[in-house]
Amino acid sequence: MLISLRTAVPGLSLLVLLAVWQLLAVYLNSNNLPAPLVVGNVFWQGCLSGQIPYHLGVTLLRLIVSFSIAMLLGCAIGIVLGRNKKLDAFFDNWLIIFLSIPALVTIILCYVWFGLTESAAILAVVINKLPNVIVTIREGARALDQDLLEMARSYRFGKRKTLLHVVWPQLYPYIMGATRSGLALVWKIILVVELLGRSNGMGYQLHLFFQLFDVASILAYTIAFVAVIQMLELLVLKPLDTKAQRWRR
Amino acid sequence: MIAIDIKSKMYPAKGRAGHHLAIAELQLLLQSGEFVCLVGPSGCGKTTLLNIIADLDRDYEGSVNFKQHQTHPKIGYVFQNPRLLPWRTVRENIELAIEDNSSSENIDALLEVMQLTQFQHVYPERLSLGMSRRVAIIRGFATNPDMLLMDEPFVSLDAPTARQVRSLLITLWQQRPHTVLFVTHDLREAIALADRIVFLAAAPMKVIADMAVPIPRSERDDEQAIETFRQQLLHDYPALK
Repeated sequence: MLISLRTAVPGLSLLVLLAVWQLLAVYLNSNNLPAPLVVGNVFWQGCLSGQIPYHLGVTLLRLIVSFSIAMLLGCAIGIVLGRNKKLDAFFDNWLIIFLSIPALVTIILCYVWFGLTESAAILAVVINKLPNVIVTIREGARALDQDLLEMARSYRFGKRKTLLHVVWPQLYPYIMGATRSGLALVWKIILVVELLGRSNGMGYQLHLFFQLFDVASILAYTIAFVAVIQMLELLVLKPLDTKAQRWRR
Repeated sequence: MIAIDIKSKMYPAKGRAGHHLAIAELQLLLQSGEFVCLVGPSGCGKTTLLNIIADLDRDYEGSVNFKQHQTHPKIGYVFQNPRLLPWRTVRENIELAIEDNSSSENIDALLEVMQLTQFQHVYPERLSLGMSRRVAIIRGFATNPDMLLMDEPFVSLDAPTARQVRSLLITLWQQRPHTVLFVTHDLREAIALADRIVFLAAAPMKVIADMAVPIPRSERDDEQAIETFRQQLLHDYPALK
């Protein structure tokens, strides 16, 4: 009974959301809020014509590339800063400065300096995400258990073994934290990047629909993107978490 | 034979400028296969000494010489808290400490002696403190060390558990007589375990007495004999109180 209730609640809440949307659409009776069925139809047509998969694919590719670069660089720099007090003291101000630069400024500057190119777009996203990753991983590296590191040294683990068996499992929750907040942040920035300087992708399409006041298409694209992010969480991140946390009681 | 000769070990003084001397002119010779207990008041620098021997602390004047293996002696270190990796099973924790992964029979035998065979695939969080301590001891022995350092490994165990783990330790050591340097502040524990006891004074650490335990190994579970010897020691060396 308990388990069926637990699985039923999220489905039920989604249905209620849809019902509220439907009621509002009927009540307003305006093109500015099309009913769920209308949006569903637009979504389906978009999928059939290949438009949604194409633009979604382009945006996802940008997301994967920029996110991977930001995570790899951010982890490396974060570990170094977390373990080296002098470097940390030197670069701390840089981090605060980069954290407080608005995303829009970095995007515009990248386009001005490097042209309206793919690499400028990726670079803009990376620069926006990188400081967040560094700050999170730096916290993790500072919190590493000294006792376990000492144990690894006394038993001559070596660099590789220590990184793999002592450091990585301790950084894992921080990396997952950076991944989750990172995905949410990066895809919002990518849309702006596409809106300002690319001729394909979700951001470009949304800009187009905005000029046409095509709310149904905007909602259809949004649903497609939210669905993809949810699937990523459910099929990749959750299973990874379960596997990595199996030692916990 | 292992020769420890620490000329000086300084520590930054707390809350003021300058340094204070933790260890001064400490000489210690250990015969190979000998079980030596270091007994001293807490804070006298025993852990510092073990860290120096284990090469975790290089900031000192002096030398630690392993006569047969001058360069990289193998050290088994059993810390005061077990320091097991919580995300690795009991067996994985032991295997990780061994450089070549070829000694699975060796690990089996050690688990058997320490009565942990059925817990080898369990994660440390599910073990009691006494069991975790036994795993840490196995890890120390499994490396086949030139020297085994043990830093109050039975502290905060209840008396019966401590007695049980002590007797398992001695069984294991009699099968594999590695050189052991065992730190404790419990005189009874030292008498029950050691071939030789070295008494230390604090600030700076120095040796005040060094003597063999005259009680034969077969009579070490005789509480009365241990207590008699303890009283005699306290009488002979009032500083131990």
